[in-house]
Amino acid sequence: MAIGQISVLLIALAAVHLPLGAYLARVYTSPKHLRVERAGYRLMRVDADAEQKWSSYLFSLLGFSMASLLFLYALGRLQNHLPMSLGVSAFDPAGAWNTAVSFVANTNWQWYSGEAAAGHFYQMAGLAVQNFVSAAVGISVAIALIRGFQRSGTDGRLGNFWSDLTRTCVRVLLPMAFLGAIVLLATGVIQNFDSHTAVQTVTGATQSVLGGPVASQEVIKELGTNGGGFFNANSAHPFENPTPISNLFEIFLILVIPFTLPRTFGIMVGDKRQGWAILSVMSSLWLASVALLTWAEMSGPGAVARAAGGALEGKELRFGTAGSALFAAATTGTSTGAVNAMHDSLTAPGGGVAIFGMLLGEVAPGGVGTGLYGLLMLAIVAVFVGGLMVGRTPEYLGKKIGRQEITLVALYILTMPLLVLVGTAVAIATPAGQAGIQELGPHGLSEVLYAVTSAANNNGSAFAGLTAATPFYNTLLGVAMLAGRFIPIALVLALAGRFASQRTTPTTAGTLPTHQPLFVGLVAAVTVVIVGLTFIPVLSLGPIVESLT
Amino acid sequence: MAHDNNSSVHPAGQRSLGLRRGSVSLARQTLAGFRVLLVLTVLLGVIYPVAVFAVGQVGLRWQANGSLLLADGSHADTRSTGAGTDNAVVGSALIGQQFTGDEWFHPRPSAAGDGYDTLASAGSNLGPLNLDLVATIEERRAEVSAADGTVAGDVPPDALTASASGLDPHISPAYAAQQAERVATARGLDQAAVTALVAEHTAGRDLGVLGEPRVNVLELNLALEKMSS
Repeated sequence: MAIGQISVLLIALAAVHLPLGAYLARVYTSPKHLRVERAGYRLMRVDADAEQKWSSYLFSLLGFSMASLLFLYALGRLQNHLPMSLGVSAFDPAGAWNTAVSFVANTNWQWYSGEAAAGHFYQMAGLAVQNFVSAAVGISVAIALIRGFQRSGTDGRLGNFWSDLTRTCVRVLLPMAFLGAIVLLATGVIQNFDSHTAVQTVTGATQSVLGGPVASQEVIKELGTNGGGFFNANSAHPFENPTPISNLFEIFLILVIPFTLPRTFGIMVGDKRQGWAILSVMSSLWLASVALLTWAEMSGPGAVARAAGGALEGKELRFGTAGSALFAAATTGTSTGAVNAMHDSLTAPGGGVAIFGMLLGEVAPGGVGTGLYGLLMLAIVAVFVGGLMVGRTPEYLGKKIGRQEITLVALYILTMPLLVLVGTAVAIATPAGQAGIQELGPHGLSEVLYAVTSAANNNGSAFAGLTAATPFYNTLLGVAMLAGRFIPIALVLALAGRFASQRTTPTTAGTLPTHQPLFVGLVAAVTVVIVGLTFIPVLSLGPIVESLT
Repeated sequence: MAHDNNSSVHPAGQRSLGLRRGSVSLARQTLAGFRVLLVLTVLLGVIYPVAVFAVGQVGLRWQANGSLLLADGSHADTRSTGAGTDNAVVGSALIGQQFTGDEWFHPRPSAAGDGYDTLASAGSNLGPLNLDLVATIEERRAEVSAADGTVAGDVPPDALTASASGLDPHISPAYAAQQAERVATARGLDQAAVTALVAEHTAGRDLGVLGEPRVNVLELNLALEKMSS
């Protein structure tokens, strides 16, 4: 059955790959604005035609994110006064801040429980809007980097952030989300503005019937690789993910843009083979993670799974072990962090693979946009390593990788491990951090490692046994989310600016070809080796020791 | 390609000037960001969810309002359907409910509040090697096998483990079959008829390959109640 549903998924992804990839390339290269966009720009009072240098592009991006942050913080603090607030109370400052950072940074880490602590309007007009725009920010950065490769000898202009942001929302995410929401509605995901009212059950007890605009948020939560659940149980909740069909559809939504962007990249740099090479790296790493997770959950090692006769703790019966493993691989291979099973209860090797997927930097296939630019960074490292081997100045797509370029890439590569390792060390070394740990021994370390990894990689899923709704974790994870999002973005844009002003070097017989299987293998190896060298010690003390117990 | 609204390449000696310009520029961009966010919020945060709502209320009303069931097992489009009568809304076909007692089919163990509390959806989040959980599973195995009169080793895993949401509406066909005899005896029904009812409420994998075969406990119990009356 595992093979059956993976096949259905791969066929669906393959079917949309070419047309969607081409469509995206047209969206970001077309000189024309749509009429609705032009009307929007007039209301926004921004110049959507001005080409921006990397620093202006970055300033606009940061300004927009700052505005989002302040707006969402205010909404959280005032949510009890908003319409359809269901009688919830306002978020406290630390909680409102954590959630604002979390949704603006495309992480969607949630310390609160949606059905108990969030009003409909706050979710719909605050959180769900960030699900669109934070995804659009990620895609915009990837497109700006592609333009850096495309352009030669310019003064370093990379396009217009406001235009990229608006087009991504209007031409890509909104139409896809609208159609997807109707599919989800048909499977049973709810969409209403009712409050939670109690009914009398068959046995005379009472149970609340939940309401909310869930379908419209669920679809963009997956499509934008956000992951913030309308309800506490996230995509395990029957109102968010009612059937095996909705489950596979949601997995498809998570993966469709990340797996399509390499095609857009190939088209835009004028060499589709380059896109295939990137796609091959992503696919092979992701399929390895699917295989390992599926094996782990279906074979069910560990004391709990053996006692029960199967690894069904923390899993929904309608998805089963295979449908849960596939979702877990999709959500941690991207920056989504939605869950249809409780990851804290995954088998030890399964949970280890989930952490490893995030530690790869979420490049297989990664979040919308972030996955592509993350993997292109690793491709540059691979080119650099290859160049050192043959003793030539390394080049990628005709761009020389000199001292300054590789410095930016190195800083990019180091940011996430620094946040993860220092953050984990701080949490396990301080009483405030230790206080949140639920499980004794290696699984306790895994809980903390998972949380910090999830925050620094903007994933947002959790080993939820960890009590993270404390000022300590709200602050620590808030810093990790913010730094893990915007430092890499700044470095990518700086690099893109350098590339755009560099003259493209013509390919010669000595140039390392970057579209052949050898290069695919090299990039995959570089990716795994970097993660391995950085994280083997901490993984050994956590998930690996657990798996061997 | 005309102009750059923030040419921020500054000579090295003017770093402080550059910083000041940078923060002025960031403040200006943040103001622009507010205007952009406002416009996008109206489109994506109000118009879009209302449009999806409209589609749901026109074409998929039962699903959009929560797949509600009346006491006789039929569908209800709104919560107020049949309110005050014997045939009122008793819950959602998608959300599990707590059933105890020999005369009902039992759902899976639930970690949502005191069990199937929709205001507290959750799994146990207990780890894969947690010894307390192992002990709990052994207790459940003993209880279930005593209640259903089956061999302890034959109790299926879904009867022993808490789901991810705590609201799982389904059990496995094996667990349902195991409960049929107990339920039939408690209700004084023919066991073959109860077993047939279980078979009627068993769904296979979606499209033949997706998910797992399953039985909806609430729907099964509603049908059972109808059969008994």
